[in-house]
Amino acid sequence: MSSLVSRRTMLVGGGSLLLAGCDKWTTSPQTLDVLSLGEKVTRSAQRRLEGDRQALAPEFTRAEMSPVFRVNGSTNPTSAGYVAHAAARFADWQLVVDGLVAHPLSLSLAQLRAAPSRTQITRHDCVEGWSAIGQWTGVPLGLLLNRAGLSPRARYVVFHCADTLLGKPYYESIDMLDAFHPQTILAHSMNGAPLSIGHGAPLRLRVERQLGYKQAKYVMRVEAVDSLAPFYGGKGGFWEDNHNYQWYAGI
Amino acid sequence: MPDADRPADLVYRTRLPIRLWHWTNAITIFVMLMTGMMIFNAHPRLYWGSYGANFDYAWLEIGNHGTQGYVTLFGVQIPTTGVLGYADHTDEAFPPLVTLPGHYNVPVARLWHFFFAWILVIGWIGFAIYALVSRHLWNDLMLKREEARLSSLWHDIKDHARLHLPRGEAARHYNPLQKIAYLGVLVLGLPLMVLTGLTMSPAMDAVWPWLLVVTGGRQSARSIHFIVAAGLALFIVVHLAMVLLAGPINELRSMITGWYRLPPERPAPGDKA
Repeated sequence: MSSLVSRRTMLVGGGSLLLAGCDKWTTSPQTLDVLSLGEKVTRSAQRRLEGDRQALAPEFTRAEMSPVFRVNGSTNPTSAGYVAHAAARFADWQLVVDGLVAHPLSLSLAQLRAAPSRTQITRHDCVEGWSAIGQWTGVPLGLLLNRAGLSPRARYVVFHCADTLLGKPYYESIDMLDAFHPQTILAHSMNGAPLSIGHGAPLRLRVERQLGYKQAKYVMRVEAVDSLAPFYGGKGGFWEDNHNYQWYAGI
Repeated sequence: MPDADRPADLVYRTRLPIRLWHWTNAITIFVMLMTGMMIFNAHPRLYWGSYGANFDYAWLEIGNHGTQGYVTLFGVQIPTTGVLGYADHTDEAFPPLVTLPGHYNVPVARLWHFFFAWILVIGWIGFAIYALVSRHLWNDLMLKREEARLSSLWHDIKDHARLHLPRGEAARHYNPLQKIAYLGVLVLGLPLMVLTGLTMSPAMDAVWPWLLVVTGGRQSARSIHFIVAAGLALFIVVHLAMVLLAGPINELRSMITGWYRLPPERPAPGDKA
């Protein structure tokens, strides 16, 4: 009996050691460097296919919507500033649009609600594999960028968010191709009602041809930039900086 | 290629492009299956249609209650502790032993998966062109008219069930069930994997909306991707079993060098071919 146990322990222990050794290699920075070649090919292939056609993500009817649209990621930011805004129902909250723009903007939620908007019923695809279909209403991002007088030097748009994950501020970024895509909106409403806190109140990004982690919630500030390197970890987003997720999330 | 010095029963059976593709796939499909199981672990539930998440009905779920693993298939819960849902002190759907990486890491699994996906696609296109141009498809893989008859297929099934594998001249060519299995992987399995894989990409759904029509929606595509992957895993198990039964050394040599020794018509005592 005891010999059986020790043999099993040995086998499992040996197996774990082997696995650990393998794991070191399969996740080493050098290995990931080589593998990221595949990601570059995928990105350029998908960008080439998208081209200038601005192909739209599929849109659905009300009847095709998820009965329950689950929340995930941050669901209730705890910073004092956000909590105060939420308590005041975002009455004094303002969205800042700045960076490489001629005239930075500061817009209240009421101004954003009164602005021209787009409503779309789209599928939200999480990198984990699940999907949920919901209706989003918001201001096209391209409209705000044009109104702010976007500089031709700007290459990316960075979204600064009110939430933190694992003690680090959440942020995301997209390029101009996605920023000016007709379905890229800053949504203030979901399923016909003001955005709930769980889904990113008062404002969240919808960039419909990419995965869920790009759909930044609790957007406080939109900054036009020419490089992502100066921000946080330099890879363009929270998941990109901290967990090896790819900046381009079209697949 | 026949060589005067070679014994007559040694035949050149497997051409270089076929061998190259075989070994590329041998590595690629293992990486795809192992990283695929890792990615599946992020959300081990499957649905039909366009949407599907935690509050929706899942036709398949792998999960655990504490240290008790289970698989729920169409509402029927089957205990699977030690294999699926909970194994090796880990509460993942697929245990670390079969996933790549061997611990929960979806972004790294995705990097591996999509890198090897390109190798799979490029290899498939190259092989498809070769199979058409060299007539490998017509000469070796497609069933001959007489092989496709139900009676002869039934005969082949009975032979396989009794482990009566072809010997002598008959072993020079693929047998009908073998042809069906290889054709299934080449023209059905791998293309379906690629199509359903692409359907899960939100960018591809914008560019090629027909993907959603063909597969029935993103969550259906994810389910089909999983089922066909399971089919490919089953193919590998049967394939390896057949290699063992048919003589692993001889079979391995033919897939490495191309040369295969035809098993003698009647097994002689002490024959170790």
